[in-house]
Amino acid sequence: MTEEGIIGKSVPRKEGRDKVTGVARYIDDMTMPGMLYGATVRSQIPRGIIKKISFDPHFDWAELVTVTAQDIPGKNCIALIGDDQPCLADGKVNHPEEPILLLAHADPHLLRKAVDAVSIEYEPLPAIFTIEDSERRSQIIWGDDNTLKTFLISKGDVDGVWAKAAYIVEGEYTTGAQEQLYIENNGAIAVFDREEGITVWGSLQCPYYVHKALMALCNLPAEKIRVVQAETGGAFGGKEDYPSIIAGHAALLAMKSGQPVKIVYDRLEDMTATTKRHPSRTRHRTAVSKDGKILGGEIDFTIDGGAYATLSSVVLSRGTIHAGGPYYWPNVRIRGKAVATNAPPHGAFRGFGAPQSLFAMERHMDHIAQVVGLSPVEIRRRNFLKPGQTTTTDQTIREEIDLGKLLDRALELSEYTAKIARFAQQNKVGPIKKGMGIAAFLHGAGFTGSGERYLASVVAVEGCADGGVRVLVSSTEFGQGTNTVLCQIAAEALGLPYHDVRIAQPDTNQVPNSGPTVASRTAMVVGSLVRSAALGIKQILIASGLLGSSYPPQEFRAACRAHIAAHGELRSFARYEAPEGVFWDDQKYRGEAYASFAWAIYVAEVAVDLSTYSATVEDFVALQEVGRVLHPVLAKGQIAGGVAQGIGFALYEKVVWQNGRMQNGQMTNYIMPTSADLPPIRVFFEEMGNVHGAYGAKGIGELPMDGPAPAIVNAIEDALGTRFDSVPLMPEDIFEAVSANGDR
Amino acid sequence: MSHSSERRGQGGGNNRAKSELSLTINGKPETVRVFPMERLLDVLRQELGLTGTKEGCGEGECGSCSVLMDGKLVNSCLIPALQAAGANLTTIEGVAEGPQLSALQAAFLECGGAQCGICTPGMILSASHLLNKKPEPTLGDIREVLAGNLCRCTGYMQIFEAVAEAARRKSSV
Repeated sequence: MTEEGIIGKSVPRKEGRDKVTGVARYIDDMTMPGMLYGATVRSQIPRGIIKKISFDPHFDWAELVTVTAQDIPGKNCIALIGDDQPCLADGKVNHPEEPILLLAHADPHLLRKAVDAVSIEYEPLPAIFTIEDSERRSQIIWGDDNTLKTFLISKGDVDGVWAKAAYIVEGEYTTGAQEQLYIENNGAIAVFDREEGITVWGSLQCPYYVHKALMALCNLPAEKIRVVQAETGGAFGGKEDYPSIIAGHAALLAMKSGQPVKIVYDRLEDMTATTKRHPSRTRHRTAVSKDGKILGGEIDFTIDGGAYATLSSVVLSRGTIHAGGPYYWPNVRIRGKAVATNAPPHGAFRGFGAPQSLFAMERHMDHIAQVVGLSPVEIRRRNFLKPGQTTTTDQTIREEIDLGKLLDRALELSEYTAKIARFAQQNKVGPIKKGMGIAAFLHGAGFTGSGERYLASVVAVEGCADGGVRVLVSSTEFGQGTNTVLCQIAAEALGLPYHDVRIAQPDTNQVPNSGPTVASRTAMVVGSLVRSAALGIKQILIASGLLGSSYPPQEFRAACRAHIAAHGELRSFARYEAPEGVFWDDQKYRGEAYASFAWAIYVAEVAVDLSTYSATVEDFVALQEVGRVLHPVLAKGQIAGGVAQGIGFALYEKVVWQNGRMQNGQMTNYIMPTSADLPPIRVFFEEMGNVHGAYGAKGIGELPMDGPAPAIVNAIEDALGTRFDSVPLMPEDIFEAVSANGDR
Repeated sequence: MSHSSERRGQGGGNNRAKSELSLTINGKPETVRVFPMERLLDVLRQELGLTGTKEGCGEGECGSCSVLMDGKLVNSCLIPALQAAGANLTTIEGVAEGPQLSALQAAFLECGGAQCGICTPGMILSASHLLNKKPEPTLGDIREVLAGNLCRCTGYMQIFEAVAEAARRKSSV
């Protein structure tokens, strides 16, 4: 058997050939006989009572399929964690993009005119748009007090630290909404058949989330709902929960019309109506010793969840747990809170709350350094978590992580010390001011706390009649490399060549529920299960006497064929089982928050031009410890892509809001980084032997989103000597602050 | 305030008569009946079934719908169908050399230039336009020509590598 196989090798992406030849089929590339197009009539106001829906009498409405809340066969909600979000507004609206009515027609041009021919009269109600408005409770728009969720993490004796502190450092930090901006817009096609039920194809991350939502909405049993993932053109969390809405809408139109219905959003609708990263506000108050050690502190982390609870509780959870960064806090109290506003619900976006709270932590560390009179390097070094110490949730670090060593290497790779000194000299003259900034951070892999135990993911691996092997999971590919990495793992486990292993299209009629494709869990959690299931196939073949314990691939193929000929289907399943002795208290938020953490030090070099006030990242070093790197090309691609999104989060991507609606929902006025904007993104991995998951992989996908924004803003402060505590940081913000600071 | 009229597939208009449009696509002559102001993108995708050309924004910003028209790189979402009359078009379906991937396609596959794949066809056409004009491009040339093609997955670094690698391979042939 080929023991030094496939893990760690950059094999070709499984679906790569189809992607580079244009053969890959995305949702908008699919069509069905008799297919109608669906469209959504949305609220035009942030909050109010629907008084009347009128249809322009000059229009021939008999030609159109119309669906309102009254046509919903099941429960009018998008079932997710709670069921508070209606599928279609019924009597009242709570945000300015809320779906009210659905229309379908065979001609998309006529359909657009029909959308414009519907007018809705409202009795407007006062609306709230900011965290502060929501906290003031002048209007209660959700529950009893606008609070979607709270968490409290408490460790040690915080009240006792203030008297012992040499310094007390306070700060408030905010982050803005960010659009995922996958290049393929959201879309779904639904088909209804009285016998078979509903089938939906869609651009989506989580087939079983859609499956669950459709069961409740359409009032159909599990076996009458089938969800199939089409090739998906980017997601980044943006296709975690929203596809349940689009699939639901398409399904309702298909049920009413009896014809297939396609809904594909255009860019404007996708950007304005679907989810974004939660805006946040974090307040730090930290007690620090004379020599710069954190004695304890309070962190208040608040996020704006928008009009419905959707995923806010879990985003809040991750943000709250990550709020203390990679540092040792002997005493800490972290209060997390998600509040409601009259904006479209905010949702999942790579990092899932952690980029927000870590931005605050890493800016705050630089402020602590200044107050104490230490360098940003030294303050971090003195407070890094070490093996044997506990995190804010009292999780003991068992990994052999050496953050000091990681920091040293990052400083070397970025030539930090030399550049800091050189820039200090150069900045004395001319309009270009340069600076260096560091961010140190961690990201937990997999679902938080007991999440993986509740999910109880199942995967299957099957032997095929041609002697090959097929992986069956609901884990989806949307660019990260799911298909490739899971096939590598199965191939490695079975000692087969990579091309002998294929992966099934995620289809709830065909694949078991391996959980959602979120939380950087696929390689680590699902990968481990794929390995177990693959080994199960081998055991079956060995037990049946068809295969020896050591074999070349051709013997495996022959055994596989023989087994199928004799017994039919050859399948092996694996179900997640929580490791023993893992303690997590969901009430107190204490214990083992994550099975493993990825660790990173990022260094940004930034130039600010004081004639234009624009900041440009000129070099970026991303160094991380993510366990074993299963596929170097894919791993590097994940990191570079995440860093690019992080640079956008820091400097380019500003959602302009007015009355709860995004005003710049186009690629021409919401600016993401282009190939001309980005620095060299230099990606490095450090393996410290912290092996988890299949063949030692930890989570990787979200990590790179956490570090760029604080590293960049730290670098800008280094360049200008001006403090900035918010992202996105636009040239006008820099202009304003620098002007207020006097000429430099 | 309604923005629906700005949405998706504008300029189609089904109240005018269709006209005949003849053009050459990937070396093959085609004649289709189209509305004069229909977007070339829709003609390719819907009339001709060439769905490799993608729509990302519909307003010429993202470059996912890039095709070569008479050797020039265009956003097919901004080209009215009749403007393409008699033109010679190359789409992603015409880039491979038979069953063999082109040097660019192979390099994208190997270097990690394609992740989700939705920008990839446009990216490859832009890159091939560059290599046609400048077989040995600098990194600056690559960055500049691809600035009209947005990619949200890769951070572009592996795309730059792929284009540079393809250029190396082509020049060494």
